[in-house]
Amino acid sequence: MHSFYNFVSGPLAWIAFLLFIGGSIFRIGRMLVLVAQKEPFIFTYMSWRYSFRSILHWIVPFATVNWRRQPVLTVVTFAFHLCLLAVPVFLLAHAVLWEDSFGIRWWSLPDTLADTLTVIVILGAVFFLVRRITRPEVRFVTSASDYVILAIVSAPFITGFLAYHQWFAYPLMMGLHVLAGDIMLAAIPFTRLSHMIFSPFTRAYMGSEFGKVRHARDW
Amino acid sequence: MAEPSKQEKTAVVDDGIDVGVSRLTEEKIQSVINSVIDNETGVRLKTYVETCIHCGLCSEACHYYLSHDKDPHYSPVGKVKQTIWEMIRKKGRVSPEFIRQAAIIAHTQCNLCKRCAQYCPFGIDIAYMMSIVRRIIHRLGVTPLYIQDTAHSHSVTMNQMWVKGDEWPDTLQWQEEEAQAEIPDLRIPLEKEGADIMYSVIAPEPKFQAQLLYQAAVIMHVAGVDWTMPASVGWDNSDMAMYTGDNEIMGRIKRAHFETAERLKVKKIVMGECGHAFRSVYDMGNRWLGWSMPPFTIVHAIEFYYDLIKAGRIQIARKFKPPVTLHDPCNVVRGAGLGEKARYVAHALCETVIEMYPNREHNYCCCAGGGVINTGPPFKMARVEGNRVKAEQLFETKTKGAEVLIAPCHNCHSGLEDIVHHYEIGLEIKFFSDIIYEVMEKPA
Ligand code: SF4
Ligand code: SF4
Ligand code: SF4
Repeated sequence: MHSFYNFVSGPLAWIAFLLFIGGSIFRIGRMLVLVAQKEPFIFTYMSWRYSFRSILHWIVPFATVNWRRQPVLTVVTFAFHLCLLAVPVFLLAHAVLWEDSFGIRWWSLPDTLADTLTVIVILGAVFFLVRRITRPEVRFVTSASDYVILAIVSAPFITGFLAYHQWFAYPLMMGLHVLAGDIMLAAIPFTRLSHMIFSPFTRAYMGSEFGKVRHARDW
Repeated sequence: MAEPSKQEKTAVVDDGIDVGVSRLTEEKIQSVINSVIDNETGVRLKTYVETCIHCGLCSEACHYYLSHDKDPHYSPVGKVKQTIWEMIRKKGRVSPEFIRQAAIIAHTQCNLCKRCAQYCPFGIDIAYMMSIVRRIIHRLGVTPLYIQDTAHSHSVTMNQMWVKGDEWPDTLQWQEEEAQAEIPDLRIPLEKEGADIMYSVIAPEPKFQAQLLYQAAVIMHVAGVDWTMPASVGWDNSDMAMYTGDNEIMGRIKRAHFETAERLKVKKIVMGECGHAFRSVYDMGNRWLGWSMPPFTIVHAIEFYYDLIKAGRIQIARKFKPPVTLHDPCNVVRGAGLGEKARYVAHALCETVIEMYPNREHNYCCCAGGGVINTGPPFKMARVEGNRVKAEQLFETKTKGAEVLIAPCHNCHSGLEDIVHHYEIGLEIKFFSDIIYEVMEKPA
């Protein structure tokens, strides 16, 4: 068991980080090359001001018409995404790892708070799952991969939660938890989780077109 | 995975689609789809398809979806799933029957109004993807008959309505003479080099609505505008080729339009109350020709009237009495931000303006736009039934007292006419120019 943990938190974690960072850089680079090769006009229409105007509206809860139309979803999705980012980065146990491995020190979350945030992520994932199955307009466009990415994202949190509370075999859970984290990290650039990388760009482009050419709000 | 919850079979007969489909082979379909995707699209399509998180949040943006009791087939992302996603996933190996359905979806179930881009958290441009589908349909020769006919007309006559060479100046002369009965020294100046303004219209004006030319001439005359109209091709600013995906013809007719303005050495182009023509001149055609923004200042009628009224160049004798409401055409409001100017004009002309909701850039499209009305009689009910929410929105405004509906866009005008008639809403529909002509001070 110990060697399993060492493997997933050692070499595998390195590979996962490499895939995540390398993959993200590769995909962004590839996108920019494609723009330059096939649609260079996009650069002509990009505007920092209108890009940020649009992004800002969409990353603030209830700042857009559609966020206001879907209050429950808005609360859930913002809570989900915030916790999803905060827990892995700021959890105390992770902060210790950050320091041990990379010598980076930063602020960390108290364990009980992190525990609550983890539960929020898990509940958020359940909400998305139920929404996917029950809402006809979502179900109609759902493919198997949508369930897979939901599983990939929730696995580290479910296993982390179980490990923290030591309800099952702790060492096994811990190993699974790290493995799930590795998988999630590595999957980001190569699955539809890549919306994390690309959504700022698509939003910025639409924001620029709306601001510069259409003189209208895109929120 | 996804089961149809309310499949609706489309039993429409359209000769353009049916005959086109009967000539297709799987090889041809595959080679055309792959050629369009490989050679004519790039990072936008790829990123949109890969980034879409299948959340369905764009659904409620679309009037088709709302009007069909939230049938997911009509949601923006639902339409993409039924067309371009499949084409990409199967690497072009789709059946002629699939292409038939794709033609119907892209041409008659989406107005390319871009409202969904305001509702998708990522700003994914569904309308753009529908235009790619139309481009594929065009290159496969499966475009609906009626709109294909207008594209042919553009190609042959450089105008949308088969207006013949002499018919155009004849119509202008006829309207000039009519107007001279009211204002004896009025002229419609043809080919006046160096005028401030070239006024361009869409071909349905000389063909069916010559009184609009009359009204425009009176407004120009009273306001003392230095204007002109071309006597030969280049006078028509409309563009159905843009909507059939026939970019080459779009380019030809836009070039003719710009070159005519260049030949006449005018300072700017003012265009009539038309939405799609504005989109073509201001946003699409210019890009195809390589101008990031149009080579001329393009002034839509709404902005033109705004300038004239603001500068006091036309005076209002008595304001228009019946309460009006204002339809924001997507192509000039979501497409060019003219919402506030339209309101200024409406308030200047009319005693009471009652807002419809939603409005401005969030207004529901008329469902005629994006070339949908130009697919003609076979699909008339598709767009009338596809816009029940518009009827509800108008009805609600009527109960607040509105009697007249101002629609400063030709397509909106005709499309709303059908909706008002079908749902028996009882609103009179007018252009701004109808009202200006009625309420302005004219020489006695
Ligand atoms: S009709 Fe408008 S809202 Fe509906 S899918 Fe097309 S562009 Fe989007
Ligand atoms: S287009 Fe946007 S809103 Fe619609 S399903 Fe995709 S990500 Fe969601
Ligand atoms: S016809 Fe009018 S409302 Fe409809 S798409 Fe055009 S501009 Fe939009």
